[in-house]
Formats: sequence, C-alpha cells, structure tokens
Amino acid sequence: MAGGTEAVAHQALEMTDHLPVLQVLIPFIAAPLAVFLGVRSLAWPIACAGAIASLVCSVVLMLATLDGSFISYHLGGWAPPYGIEYRVDAANAFVLLLISATAVVVMPFTKASVDAEIPKKDHTLFYACFMLCITGLLGVVVTGDAFNVFVFLEISSLSAYVLVSQGSHRDRRALTVAYDYLLMGTIGATFFVIGIGFLYMATGTLNMADIADRIAGQGDNRTIQAAFAFILVGMGLKVAIYPLHLWLPGAYNYAPSAVTVLLAATATKAAIYVVLRFTFSVFQPEFTFDTNVLYWIIIPFALLAMFAASLIAVFQTNFKRMLAYSSIAQIGYMLLGIGFFNLSGLTATMVHLFNHSITKAALFMAVGALVLRSGSTFYDRIRGMGKSMPLTSAVVVIGGLSLIGIPGTAGFVSKWMLVQAAFELGWWWMALLIVASSLLAVIYVWRVLEVLYLGDTAEGAQHKEAPMMMAGPMWVAALACIWFGFDTSLTLEASRVAANGLLSGNAGMAPVPTTAAGGGH
Amino acid sequence: MDVAVLVFLAILFPTLASVTNMAYRNNPNLRDSVTFVCAILAFACILGILNIVGSGISEEIVLTEVFEGLDIAFRVEPLGLLFAMVASGLWGITHVYAIGYMRGNNEKNHPRFFACFSIAIAAAVGIAFSANMLTLFLFYELLTVSTYPLVAHKGNAKAVYGARVYLAVLIGTSVALLLTAVIWTYTLTGTLDFVQGGILAGKVEGRIVPILLGLYAFGIGKAALMPFHKWLPSAMVAPTPVSALLHAVAVVKAGVFTMLKVGVYIFGIELLADTGASEWLMWVAAYSIITASIVAIMHDNLKRRLAYSTVSQLGYITLGMALATKMGILGGGLHIAMHALGKITLFMCAGAIYVATRKTEISQMTGLGQTMPVTFAAFGIGALSIIGLPPLGGSWSKWALIVGAADAGQLIAIFALMLSSILNVAYLLPVVAKGAFLKSDDNPCKGVREAPLFCCLPPAITAVGCLALFFWGGMLLDFLQPVVGDGHG
Amino acid sequence: MTTGDNELMIEFLLGHINYWLFVVLMMTGLYIVIVRGNYVKKIVGLNIFQTAVFMFYISIGKITGGTAPIFPTDSQGRIRPDPDIVYSNPLPHVLILTAIVVGIATTALGLALIVRIREEYNTIEEDDVLEIETKLAEQENRIHGFGPGGGA
Repeated sequence: MAGGTEAVAHQALEMTDHLPVLQVLIPFIAAPLAVFLGVRSLAWPIACAGAIASLVCSVVLMLATLDGSFISYHLGGWAPPYGIEYRVDAANAFVLLLISATAVVVMPFTKASVDAEIPKKDHTLFYACFMLCITGLLGVVVTGDAFNVFVFLEISSLSAYVLVSQGSHRDRRALTVAYDYLLMGTIGATFFVIGIGFLYMATGTLNMADIADRIAGQGDNRTIQAAFAFILVGMGLKVAIYPLHLWLPGAYNYAPSAVTVLLAATATKAAIYVVLRFTFSVFQPEFTFDTNVLYWIIIPFALLAMFAASLIAVFQTNFKRMLAYSSIAQIGYMLLGIGFFNLSGLTATMVHLFNHSITKAALFMAVGALVLRSGSTFYDRIRGMGKSMPLTSAVVVIGGLSLIGIPGTAGFVSKWMLVQAAFELGWWWMALLIVASSLLAVIYVWRVLEVLYLGDTAEGAQHKEAPMMMAGPMWVAALACIWFGFDTSLTLEASRVAANGLLSGNAGMAPVPTTAAGGGH
Repeated sequence: MDVAVLVFLAILFPTLASVTNMAYRNNPNLRDSVTFVCAILAFACILGILNIVGSGISEEIVLTEVFEGLDIAFRVEPLGLLFAMVASGLWGITHVYAIGYMRGNNEKNHPRFFACFSIAIAAAVGIAFSANMLTLFLFYELLTVSTYPLVAHKGNAKAVYGARVYLAVLIGTSVALLLTAVIWTYTLTGTLDFVQGGILAGKVEGRIVPILLGLYAFGIGKAALMPFHKWLPSAMVAPTPVSALLHAVAVVKAGVFTMLKVGVYIFGIELLADTGASEWLMWVAAYSIITASIVAIMHDNLKRRLAYSTVSQLGYITLGMALATKMGILGGGLHIAMHALGKITLFMCAGAIYVATRKTEISQMTGLGQTMPVTFAAFGIGALSIIGLPPLGGSWSKWALIVGAADAGQLIAIFALMLSSILNVAYLLPVVAKGAFLKSDDNPCKGVREAPLFCCLPPAITAVGCLALFFWGGMLLDFLQPVVGDGHG
Repeated sequence: MTTGDNELMIEFLLGHINYWLFVVLMMTGLYIVIVRGNYVKKIVGLNIFQTAVFMFYISIGKITGGTAPIFPTDSQGRIRPDPDIVYSNPLPHVLILTAIVVGIATTALGLALIVRIREEYNTIEEDDVLEIETKLAEQENRIHGFGPGGGA
C-alpha cells in the first residue's frame, strides 16, 4: 500500500516536471484531433478542453516561479546548450498565464461568434487553426532557444493569416489584408532569422541563456549590434511598432470577431515579450551598448505610436478600426516602459501587457456582440445601442475607462507605474507626455460612448441583448478589468518579479535550475 | 456600531439606491421611496459616525493595497465628516425636490437619472472619508464619470455639448495635472496618506513646491479655479436637481474639499506659509473671485448667473487654503457648509420657478414674487447668506476668511473678499427685488401658482438651515479646530 | 590608394563573397515584394528573399578546408573519429531545413490566398484590387463618414 502511494506521488511529480512542454503540446495535439475526429460538434469541446488544460499548466508554472526562480526543461533529454531548452521564469510564466487564460475566457465567445460569422463546413478547420495559433504563441513564450522562437512564431503567424482570411465570409477585403499581413509578417520573421544568424555567428550557440553568457563574456561587437537591429525590426513588424504597424488595422478590422479578440489580446503581447526577452535577457544592454541607444531608438518610436496612433483613432468612424489604432497607441506605452530601462518602467510594461490584454479582450468581444446584432461596426450603425444592449454597452464603458486609465480599472495601474517610472528617472516632461496621450484616449473613448448612449437609435439593427455565450466572457473580462484595478497582488507582484529577473539578466546558465527535468528517460 | 461598519454603510446605502433604481425601473414609487429611505439611512450612518468620532480622527480602515504602501483606505476626520454630512444630509432633501422636478417637468429616463445621482453621492461620501490621495482620486473620478450622464441627461445637442465640455475639463485636468501631481508626490515621499502637518514637509524645496501646488490647484478641476471653470456653466444644461446638489454641493465641494485636504495634509500649512509657495495661488483665487462675480452680473439666465456665483464662491475656499493660516483653512472649511446650504437654496428656487412658469431668464421674472412668495422668500434668505449678512450662516465663514487674511497680512485678499461681497449684492439681490417688489405691466405670470409642494418645500427647509447655521457657527468652528491642530487660530 | 590597400580591398571583397551574394539576393527579393504589383510575383520575391537568408545561414556553417560532418568508418563500419579532419558545422543546415519547411508553408498559404482573392476580385493585380477597394472605402465613407488611417 505504502509503495503504491509512493509510486503515485512519483508519477505526479513527473507530470509537473513536464509542464513546460505539456503547456505547448496540449493545444498542439488538440488541433489535429479536432480535424481527424471529423465530428463537427466535437471541434469546439476539444478546443475548449485543450485551452483549459493549458491554463492549468500555466497556473502551476506561475505559482512555481513567483519566488523568482526558474524551471529549465530539456526537450528530449538533450541538455542545453546543445538541446532545445524550455525555460520558464516569472516573466514568461506571466505571459503564458495571460495567453492561456485569455484563450479559455474567449472560448464561449468564439463559439457564438464563429457560429454566426463562419460557414458550418469550416468550423473544424477554424478551431484547429485557432488552437495552432495558441500553440505558437505559447511556444514563443516558453522556449529558451532562439531558433525555436522563430519556428513557433511562424506557427502562430501562419495560423493567424488563415484565421484573418476567414473574415472573407463577411467582407472580401479580409483576403487582401490577410495577404498583406502574410507579406509583412514573413518579412518580419525573416529579419528575425537573420538576426539570429548573426547571433549564432557571434556566439556559436542558439540557447538564449548561453548566448547571454557569451555576450557577457565578449562584450560588444558589430555582429551583435547588427543582430540586435535585425531582431528589433523583425519583431517590430510583429509587434506593430508605429511605423511598422500597417498590417494591424486592416487585419483587426476585417478578421472574424473571435480572431480579433485573440490577436489583440495575445499575439502582439507575445511579440512584445520576445522583444523584452531579447533586449534584456539576451543582449543585456549593460554589456552590449550604452543604454542611451535604447533611449534614442525605442522611446521616440514609443512616443510616436502614443500620439500618432491615438490621433488617428480619434478620427475613426469605425469602432473596430478605432480600437485597432488604440492598440497601436497602447503598444507605445509598453515600448516606453522598455525604453525607460528601470525597474518601474519594465514593471509597467509587464503589467500593461496583462491589463491592456484584458481590456482589449473585453472591448473586442463587445464589438463582436455589436456586429452580431447590428451587422456593422460603423458608428452610425451602432448608434443608440446602449438602450437595447445595456450589458454589452456597459462592457464598452468599463473597457473604455480602463483604456483611458481611470482609477478603479486595470488601465490605471499600468499608467500609474509608467508615470512613476518617468518620475523616478526625473523626466517630469515625459510624465506629462504620457498623461497627455491618455487625454487623446478620453476623446476616442468618449466618441464611442456618445454614439452608444446619446445617439438616436439606428435603424436596421436587431434590438436584442447579446447571447449569454457572448455576454458571459465579455463580463468576465470587464470584471477582471475592475478587479485588477484594485487587487494588484497578482499582476504587480508577478510583473515586478519578472522585471527584476529581466533587469538582472538572470537568463544566464550559471544559476542552478529549481527543477532539472529530463524528458528522455 | 463600529466606525468602519458605519463608513461602509454610508457608502453602501447610496450604491444600494442606485441598484434599486436600475432593478425596479418600472415601479417609480417604489424606486423613489427606497432611494429616500437610503438617503435617510446614509445620513443616519454619518450622524452615527459623528456621535462616535466627534471632532477626533478615527483609525485607518484599509480595504486593499494597490501599490507599495498605498491602500484604498478610509479615515474619518472633522473636515471630511463635515463634507459628508453636508452631501448626504442634503441628498434626502434634494431627492424630494428631484421627484417633484422630474415628474413636474416630464423628464425621461428616471431610473438612469436617479441611479447615477445616487452613485455620485456614494462617490462624494467616499471622497469625504478618503484616508489618502489615491482613494480620493478614485472617488473623484467616479464622481466625474457618474455625473456625466446627468449633465447629458436631456440628450439634445445642447446637453451633449455641455456634457462634453464638462467631461473634457474635469477628466482633462484630473488625468493630466492632478494625476501627475499625485504620482510625483508619491515618488517624492513614498506615501500619499493624509497626515497632520503634511507629508511633503522636508521632502521638497525651492521651486518644486509652487510647481507642485500649481499642478494640484489646476488639476483639481472641480474647484473651478479660473481658467478651468468653464465646465460649471456648461453643466447648467443638466436638470436643476443636478445643478443644485451636484454642481452646488457635491461636485464643486468635492473639488474645494480636495483642495483643502491637499493644502492641510499633503503640503501642510507650515510648509506653504514658510516657503510662500501659495502666494501666487492667492492671487489667482482673488482674480477668480472678482472676475466670476463680474461675469455673473452680466448673465441674464438665472442658472448661469448662479453658476458663475459658485465659481466666485469656490474661489473663497481656495483663497482660504492659499492664505496658509489656520483661520483661513477653518474659514474655507466652514464655507463648504455655509455656501452649500445657501447655494442649494438658490438653485432649488430657480428650478421651482422653472417648473411653475418655464422661465429661465431673470428679466422675465419681474413680479413673480407675488405669486410665488415661498420660493422668493427662500431665495432671498439664500442670497443674503451667500452675501454674508448676519443672522445667516454665510457671515461666519466670510468673517473667518477675513480674519485669516488679516493673520496672513494680505490686505489684497481682504479687499477681494469685500469687493466680492458688494458684487454679490449686485447680482443676487436684483433678482429678489425685481421678483418681489416690482410689478410687471403685462404680468407674464397670470395664472401661475406657487410651485408644487415637492419643489418649494425643500428650498424652504434649506433656507431655515441657513438661518440655523448662524447659531451653530461657533460650534462648527470648534468642531473643525483639530484639522489645523489643537490651539485656536 | 596604394597597392597594399587595393589588395586588402580585394581580399575583403572576396573573403566576404557569400555576404555580398546574400545581400544582393536579399535586396532583389525585397525589391520584388515591394515593387511588383502582381500578387504571385510578390510571393516569388518573398521566396527569393527567404532563400537568400537560407544561403546566408548555410554559408556561415562552412569552415575553410572543412568537409561534410560524417565520421569516417573502418572496414567493419565502426566509427573512427579522426581529430585531424576539420568538419563544417552541420547545425545551420539543420536549422535551414526547418526554415525551408516554414517557407514552403508560407508560399502555399500565400498562393492559396491569391486563389481566393482571384475568386473574389477577379484579378491578382494589386492595382486593380486597390482600385476596387478604394471604391468600396469611398462608398463606406459616404455612408458612415470619413475616417483617416488609410484603406486596407
């Protein structure tokens, strides 16, 4: 009897040891499973189960790394730096949690919106792509191998192109935007590969921690600088840093509602994470170049995004497009935090990653519900929907306030951290710029609220509240916006630990990993 | 009962009223009576707190920690208690008035109106009991957001435009300036708690003090310091109960209350007095007082005139803070209560006139006093209290402010206060005089009766309150003493 | 310029010949992607662009005098490592195998999208598609009001 329990305990330990890879494998297996079973009604439950299972994995990983330690998983039992290593610390556990939690929350919404927007015969393939996209995003975040990042990036991107093109059932322009997205995304990914090639030339290794050690050993040289430039531009395309954002408004606008939610809440966030990881854990500014470079490269683009994109958002007449431009502006905030290069700044970036994600998830789901009832996202078609869709409109209010950064919402916490970071650097003028750009957010948010609540009711719309399958997830996200505006123990704490880890460059090989699991035995 | 429980209940009851209004949207009588009961209960809670805490300072009641060393927390102290009493006490009266006004005027969307109204009260009480600047800022913005639908209530182009100005100024100043100031303070001191004697003392020096004070003073847009006063006249498109309670009592008083809190508990009057950092603010406040009074004279629309009068009166309280003397602060605190009662009387009278006659311009009101004696009597008392004549409450606060200005040796401030009193006479008394003593040839008010009971009783009550406050003035002054330390100013 | 400098220059050019080829190919590809209006040609350009990167990778794995990374065996087929033999680095080749697969997937998807675009727009020329989309956008702007930010 005693032996039996022991065996069980041992097995359980084994399972938790494999969490980093299970995290990615579960959705990866769910995708073909949904297709090969060939039963249309099963596709969604399988996707759901996959999302929930990977959420469980990420929760356990988050709890394990909150103390600042990290977990190193050797894929196939090959020890790094030769084998591929999955390395989970607070920074990526946090992003993993964000991605998998978003996936779970939007699942019911996806069902409702896919049923309405996509022909029945494509459902299984749609869910397969959906799961593949999540696989790619999780993989990008979990892996500790530079080339592996590229592979997962392309898995998520290729499936994202397909998902965006599915909007063609509603508007044929989805095809051309998907094509543009494919071109720009591929160029971005290829730039990224070139950067990795340079890194490999300079260091002879692909393991990110190992690269970091070697860069720390050899210091600065031109190859490494070129590598950084290529990686930053390549990822800049995926992140949609302001002048490289051209694919984003179209893709968000014409993609099916569920896809927009997924992309807005997770895809750009995973890309931001890669920028963070490479900038701080791999290149380590203190070894490679003067931090001034960061100030002069990243901050101007961040400010450009914050103001130019916000300004464009102000003048939009289409709700979904407005939110897309607002996303580009908010990415500016995250970049600004990176550019500050101090603890508060990075904490702000990490926490905004999370807060903006839930905010945009709530808002884009609300847009999805509005599309379902009014058939359009143009302001003049959703006029006065506040009366007929009070639940959905209330979500728009909460999300909008969070976007502005009104206290009591998640957006406030990140804005606070960002302004605090500016003051810690003594840049009071920067603090004023940050708050000035949130004034633009006030304008574009309030335009929508006026349309929803004060306009005369538009004709031709169904005046009915969104179905529960949509309203439920929407409200989960909206309540999360409020919850994380008050209870910052999870978000700020995790962000701070993550930022600390990133700044201290703890990606190096030196520290002993908490769990050295070998997959091969 | 415990103070903590009472504070929560005082915030909970208005929230509950809001929920009831949304839940029973189709049962007006039930809605309105539940709201009234909530108003009574909320006021009772605050009286209960008064009973326990008196003019002392309670323990901090912490809800949750948001940032390092920064909580959402409440603490009862005399200034806040006074503000909470004013806001919640007048809520019940205004609610009765609002029922009469909204029904008498056939306004639409009653549930939304009363729901937002109640949330605004909850926010005002939250502001009153905030233990630190973060909590205060939270409720400050909640107040802005919850009053926006009230200003835009009519939904026509004019209301939407007015609401836009309202929101743009209030959110704009608070997000751009106040938030910057708050976070700056936090990075300088590591705390935002309201502490006797201020938290900035010893942490800042030189030019930063006036700059920071400027960020606060203009950031608190609700205090309507010129040039950020535009929202107040714009908000007059709202139904009169909103103007009365929110834009004469809760919202503007939240602004000047925050101003006093910042002066006393963030900077500390010693710091302000020693560095002379607030002297420029005194000039701005004096300018605001006089200019707004002059503008008020030029407006024929009664509500607009009252709005500019409010801008001017709010300047008094900012002036009191800027004087950085104990008596100045006390006078400012006292003026919160005195002006609240006087101004709400005036606004409710203006609304009563509108309900009864649909008249909004002062020039059309000639001779109305004969047909609406109660309303005009109340208006007269309110006006005299605002002017500051004994035996009415307003005289106390004005006296305290002048003493405060004398303490500070600021003759200009005394001059500004005197001049403004004369201007008050010039823009308020003609309304009473024309209405009560002149007779119009083509009497426009034929067939007009006194406003419905629900509309003319509340201003009568508050007018009596103005009178009563004169006799309680000394008591109130003693009650506020702990705010500036124990000794008499 | 002295003869020494010239020789150094030539050595520099020849010594980095793989990089020059890589740069030329890559720029050619990028140029095609940007300038060509035909959707299929754009994909071809993308392929050239990617292939340039593949070649770059493979060339950096080459070590002067290096041979294929296969251990010599004796007559019994046993591995006999010889420390004198210099091997080229096999890892970049492996990586590029993966990258080629990704490239093929991208090409396939791009072509599939083009097929769908042809079905919907009846053309695969970017100019024609843009014309149609501009008309659509103008129509929308007339109904819903103008919003800046460029058409998509």
